[in-house]
Amino acid sequence: MQVAGIVLFVLFIIISLSIGYKPGLEIYTNFISLLTKMIKILPCAFILIGLFEVWIKKQTVQNNFSGIRGYFFAILLSSSTMGGLYVAFPVAYSLCKKGVKMEFVFTYLFASAVFRIPMTIYEASFLGLKFTSIRLLATLPLIILASIFMGKYLDKNPHFGIQISRENRQ
Amino acid sequence: MQYFYLVTIVLLLISLIKDRHKTVAALKTAYRHFIKICRPFLFMIMLISVSLYFVPDSLLTEYLGKKNMLVGFISTSLLGSVILMPGFIAYPLCGILVKKGVTYTIISVFTTTLMMVGVLSYPVESEYFGRKITIIRNLLSYLIAIVIAVITGLIYGELF
Repeated sequence: MQVAGIVLFVLFIIISLSIGYKPGLEIYTNFISLLTKMIKILPCAFILIGLFEVWIKKQTVQNNFSGIRGYFFAILLSSSTMGGLYVAFPVAYSLCKKGVKMEFVFTYLFASAVFRIPMTIYEASFLGLKFTSIRLLATLPLIILASIFMGKYLDKNPHFGIQISRENRQ
Repeated sequence: MQYFYLVTIVLLLISLIKDRHKTVAALKTAYRHFIKICRPFLFMIMLISVSLYFVPDSLLTEYLGKKNMLVGFISTSLLGSVILMPGFIAYPLCGILVKKGVTYTIISVFTTTLMMVGVLSYPVESEYFGRKITIIRNLLSYLIAIVIAVITGLIYGELF
C-alpha cells in the first residue's frame, strides 16, 4: 500500500509539474521543504543511536534489584531496551518470575516506554533538547511514585498478581 | 542544529580513536535503521505534505494551538492512547507540527500517551499481567502523561 501510494504521489507530482497544476505545485513545495529538513536531522540521529547501541552493552543487572538501587537498575535496564512496550512486556514478565519485586518490575515497564535512550536521542533531534529534558525530569519522579503505588496495591491484593498470567492459563 | 552536528562529529571521532571496528559497526547500525525507516518515512512526509495543503496552518493553530487548549488537549491525549505509531514516525511528525504552531503541551501529551498508554496493546499486556493490572497501569500512565504535559506547558508558558 505504501509503495502504491508513493508511486501515485510521484505520478501526481510529475503531471502537476508538467501542466502547472497549482495545488500539485504547492504540495510539491511542501514535500521538498519537509524532506530537506528531515534529511538534515536523520543522519546525525541515527549515527548517535548507532554509537549508543555499540558502546553500551545490554545491562546484566537483574540481580541487583533492592532498595533505592532497584529503581536505578530498573531504569538502566529499560534505557537500553529496543522497541516499545511490546518488547518490554515479556522482559518485565521474566523479571517477575525471577522474583524481582513488583515495584521494580513496574518501574522497568513505565521507564521502557519513556526512557529508552535511542528513542530519546531521536526525540531530542526533532523536538529539541529542552523539550526532551523537561519530559525526562518530569517523568522520573512520576513513574517511581506510580510503581511504588502499584507495588503497594499488589501487596494488598496479591490475587491480582501474575497468577492470571500466560502460563497458568494454558 | 549546528550543535547537533558538532556533538555527533565529536562523539564519532572519539569512538573512532578508541575502537575502529566498533565505530564501523555503529555506522552500519545507523545505516540499517535508516534503510528500515526510509519507506514509511517517505510515505509519512508525502501524507503530511498533502494534508498540509488541505489543512491550513490557521486551522492547526486554532485547534491545537493556544486557543482551544482543553479540547485539543483531551482529543490528542485520547488519540495518542489509542493509535499505534512508531516513535520513528511520531517524533518527526511532531517536529513539523511544532513549527506549524502546535503547542508543546499538545505535542507532549500526544507523544507521552502514545508511548505509555496502549489501548490496542491491551490484549498482549493482559496476557502477561492480567486484566486488572493492565487497566491500572494504563490509567496511571494516562495520568502521568497529563501531568507531564501540564508541566511542559507551564515551562513553555503556554498555559497561562
